[in-house]
Amino acid sequence: MRVLPDSLFGHQSSPGDESAAESDPDVVLSVTELRKSYAEIVAVDRISFDVGRREVVGLLGPNGAGKTTTINMILGVLSPSAGRIRIAGIDLARHRARALARANFAAVYAALPGNLTVRQNLRFFGLVYGIPRLTQRVGTLIEQFDLEQLKNTKCGVLSSGEQTRVALAKAILNEPQLLLLDEPTASLDPSAAQTVRARIRRLATEGDCGILWTSHNMYEVEEVCDRVLFLSRGKILLEGDPRRLPSEHGAATLEELFIRLAREPLAEPLERAG
Amino acid sequence: MRARPVAGILLRQFYLIRGSPVRALPMFAWVAIDIVVWGFITRYLNSMSAGRFNYVPSLLGAVLLWDFFTRIMQGVSTAFLEDVWSRNFLNLFATPLTTPEYITGLVITSIGTSVVGLVVMLVLATAVFGLSFFSLGLMLIPFLLVLFSFGIALGILASALVLRLGPASEWLVWPMPALLSPFVGVFYPLATLPRWMQDVGRLLPPSYVFQGMRTLLAGHALSGGSLAIGAALAMLDVVFAGYFFSRVFRYAVRTGLLARYSAESVS
Repeated sequence: MRVLPDSLFGHQSSPGDESAAESDPDVVLSVTELRKSYAEIVAVDRISFDVGRREVVGLLGPNGAGKTTTINMILGVLSPSAGRIRIAGIDLARHRARALARANFAAVYAALPGNLTVRQNLRFFGLVYGIPRLTQRVGTLIEQFDLEQLKNTKCGVLSSGEQTRVALAKAILNEPQLLLLDEPTASLDPSAAQTVRARIRRLATEGDCGILWTSHNMYEVEEVCDRVLFLSRGKILLEGDPRRLPSEHGAATLEELFIRLAREPLAEPLERAG
Repeated sequence: MRARPVAGILLRQFYLIRGSPVRALPMFAWVAIDIVVWGFITRYLNSMSAGRFNYVPSLLGAVLLWDFFTRIMQGVSTAFLEDVWSRNFLNLFATPLTTPEYITGLVITSIGTSVVGLVVMLVLATAVFGLSFFSLGLMLIPFLLVLFSFGIALGILASALVLRLGPASEWLVWPMPALLSPFVGVFYPLATLPRWMQDVGRLLPPSYVFQGMRTLLAGHALSGGSLAIGAALAMLDVVFAGYFFSRVFRYAVRTGLLARYSAESVS
């Protein structure tokens, strides 16, 4: 089955034709049997998982495991070879615009246009997301992310930490129900990373969104994530509480478990603890 | 189609142009230079012909119309290239934005930038070189509309090529109008061309505009049917270009080209 995001090309759906009510309102992301292959290469191999409201789920795995491919499919910029993605109960393949209006993302490899200022970028993306009372919303985010001094500075000349703050501000412009964060602290010093982690954690606990987070930093995964999915060679090998998984699988730390799984990919998925 | 995402695309282009003289200058500088150069050439030719033929309307008018078409085409493709240069595809297309909304934003941007160029050209050509362009009367409107439509179509087609072939292929975009110009008879009747070039020219909407302009300037009645063919071809080209862009976009989403788009990842 090939799933193409038809609504990307202007297909508009009526509000009543989506059976959102059928899905669990506490599930903000539902991925079912998701697969992506390029000719003979299978990048993501029939994975299924959910992200709940106010839940932070870590998507872990070695380089090339399929994490970014999975995130790109959830963002609608890569069509799956098979499977289904629902964001807040809305089928992404059938109702792309409606589904993506409820999601947002920040990734270390997707910097905002460096030739626009912080404020200009937030206004531009705010309009694209169709945010009501945009001036007020942008002002709130500038204050919330300590960007007042930088609001008229072009994003291209900001430091990594400042750029991350702007990317996070953009990522919550539309108050998303699903937030995708691909290594959001990758280029930050420990102090800045700690601040960013605290902010993101607050988004989940004080807000109403679920977060899918990828990181190679097992310390921060333990600190932030409620649940982790361990992905290797496109399959989910392990799922569970990052604070309990190491002892359940005979490892001293999550990092040790990560290294073991990354170096010795299992032929069959381990028993999924979650 | 929703207005706010389209307004977002426009606002972004406005910010870029307002904040950068390098972007604002080409809106009128090159077309102004063209008018000045061709204005003096027509003056020289007029002096050589000793008043037997006025070259100003036929040559300078043709340059003005051709530059208008070029600015329209490049207005669309340059607005698209801004997203290529700033590697913005992932941020842009992971939003609820649809491709018709995106393309509409590019087209309206192009209208804005091209109108600036058109006004500068008209003022210069009229005030300095005595071109009475409005002597074409109301026919000026369909002429401009046909060129506008074909410019939009070519701009969308060029953007699709850059999306499919990679950022380096922007060098294919810039010479596109120059490649077409010999076939459409900007300065000469199509009959001047070899047969095969005439056949190609008849498929290109601008041919009907320039032929029509020369007919009017020669004091003859313009066949509405001929211009209608040009208009129909231009509309067909717009539809085809939109379809082609959508196909390329679907391909880019299916293969991962869009997600990995950069100079390094696309050969």
